Amino acid sequence: MAASLANETNAAGLRHDERVEKLKLFGLSAPALLIVFVVLVIPVGWLFYLSFLGADGTFSLENYTRMIDRKSYRRIFEMTFEVSVLTTALTILIGYPMAYFLAQLPNRLASVFMIAVLLPFWTSLLVRTYAWLVLLQKQGLINQWAIALGFWDEPIKMVHDLNGTLIGMVHIMLPFLILPTYGAMKSIDRDLMKAASNLGASPKHAFWTVFFPLTIPGLFAGALMVFILCLGFYVTPAVLGGGKVIMVSMKIVSNIEMFVNWGAASALGVVLLIMTMIILWIASKFLNLDRIAGGGH
Amino acid sequence: MTARNIEALPISVSHVTKTYGKVHALNDVSLEVKSGEFLTLLGPSGSGKTTLLMVLAGFTRPDSGSLKFGDREVIRLAPHLRDVGMTFQNYALFPHMTVAGNVSYPLKLRKVPKAEIAERVENALETVQLVGYGDRRITQLSGGQRQRVALARSIVFEPRILLMDEPLSALDKKLRDQMQIELRHLHEKLGMTTVYVTHDQREALTMSDRIAVVNHGRIMQLAAPRDLYEQPANRFVADFIGDSTFLPVHRQGKGVAFGDMPLKIAGSVPDAKDLQLMIRPERITLARDNNGESSNRFSAVAREVVYQGDSYLLQSELADGTLITMRGAVRGANLSVMPSVGDQVMLNLEPDDAVVIDGSED
Repeated sequence: MAASLANETNAAGLRHDERVEKLKLFGLSAPALLIVFVVLVIPVGWLFYLSFLGADGTFSLENYTRMIDRKSYRRIFEMTFEVSVLTTALTILIGYPMAYFLAQLPNRLASVFMIAVLLPFWTSLLVRTYAWLVLLQKQGLINQWAIALGFWDEPIKMVHDLNGTLIGMVHIMLPFLILPTYGAMKSIDRDLMKAASNLGASPKHAFWTVFFPLTIPGLFAGALMVFILCLGFYVTPAVLGGGKVIMVSMKIVSNIEMFVNWGAASALGVVLLIMTMIILWIASKFLNLDRIAGGGH
Repeated sequence: MTARNIEALPISVSHVTKTYGKVHALNDVSLEVKSGEFLTLLGPSGSGKTTLLMVLAGFTRPDSGSLKFGDREVIRLAPHLRDVGMTFQNYALFPHMTVAGNVSYPLKLRKVPKAEIAERVENALETVQLVGYGDRRITQLSGGQRQRVALARSIVFEPRILLMDEPLSALDKKLRDQMQIELRHLHEKLGMTTVYVTHDQREALTMSDRIAVVNHGRIMQLAAPRDLYEQPANRFVADFIGDSTFLPVHRQGKGVAFGDMPLKIAGSVPDAKDLQLMIRPERITLARDNNGESSNRFSAVAREVVYQGDSYLLQSELADGTLITMRGAVRGANLSVMPSVGDQVMLNLEPDDAVVIDGSED
């Protein structure tokens, strides 16, 4: 023991420095933690509480039983899922080839095209949605030009329904899919495709056996992001859906604005939140969620 | 050893040129690789050695030229149809597959029956001493093990030509030395024509049947390791291989002289305008006596003495300011004669070791 005592030189001082350093680090994150608590934890807790209050102001499960009893609610949840699934699928079909195209370009050209992808991303959601309305409506640009060029004779209905909603939503969601997929593609060692080719794989075979499997985590992260954003989407279906596409978020708004029923609105919000968390939980079984933020390669 | 001896193919490269803008990556390169030969392309980075290998593999399309594997012209053949094995600098193993998945990849493409695939994968893993690693993930392997998997994958389909792009550069020195010998043995066992790219002169000398020294997109010299080291074709080759000192010399009568000192040389003098005496550091010694009639003697002052464990380096300065590097052996007796900085030393160069080369760079 004498030896260990002899080695205690400066130990107390060094331990003190270590503690101070940890406290300082915590001090740096404290403001962020406080903000999260004030603007997220408290309101969500408040919503949670409200959702268990009945119309008479006492504890009640009526806000939840209503969702099960009424067919219209069921239809809204189905619609929300249908729109989200379709949007995600279309975004993958359009976004994956775009990401592939970007990944093949030389870096300078890629950044030019990347700005083209990101530019709408930086434009107001509302502006983009109304821009689609201008383009797609019966007297809109697309119909006018198509008729002028003789593609069709009568104006075609392209908006105020599910199709219009999907067009708008896919456009808005594309960057969320393209960015992580592009990241995954860029991180693939180019020699892997050469190796596959050298071992005898045709370009098509090399793509499906080597390239595509390696992009799945990025693609999955992007698709998950798109799907979750779609679940809570409001502006685009409200403007382009023409009242035919009613999603959970829109029902929340109408519950508050038309019926001033905070309990019913809160319950919908809680259910939406729980669904999102369940999906994330399932996804986390297959995927390192860091990927969504672009990390964790 | 279960792998069959492979019937190797000769490679014939003729007049291959590849330019990037104004730069000649390959400048009218012609090269014959004999069947079953281990040939190394040696050169500094940017010399064109990798470009040449990529042309052989089919990943770089040259501007012009001809490439034959055996009698078959392959210059326009797509890489996946060339049927050559290749190992990459950072292995290029498929990270989403296991070791066995990687090694069986070329066999599955060739529609080999399942039972045979298992057997051949096992054999290949045995060849590279990785028996029992089939189910491991690539990320679980060390650098040396990855190197072996890459090797197994490139030989499992028994290609008649094997291309290797700096396969050992990512390994630490000890492992690299060991793998050099192993690769050499493997080549003797399997017998495929092998083209090996490296910038490491010692690696090239250790492994190759012949070495092609490449610079500025051209082959400077193609020779067996020993000839390359003893009789470099020009200053570039002499400089690239070994850490020699070069002294400018000129013709004097039938022989050559350094300044006004006639040199005793055993070999011939190349037919070139610019002549230089090449002094390999390990071939020059400290003179032990004063009767230097049969050898060349240089009087110098020790400027730097570095003890390096297995030997010591002595840098000494001639009267005209030229620095000569000498590598001396460290042995009990020699250690005591290791000179100190500032000492007058007499350097001794035997006629056999005094090699006069063409002093031009290419």
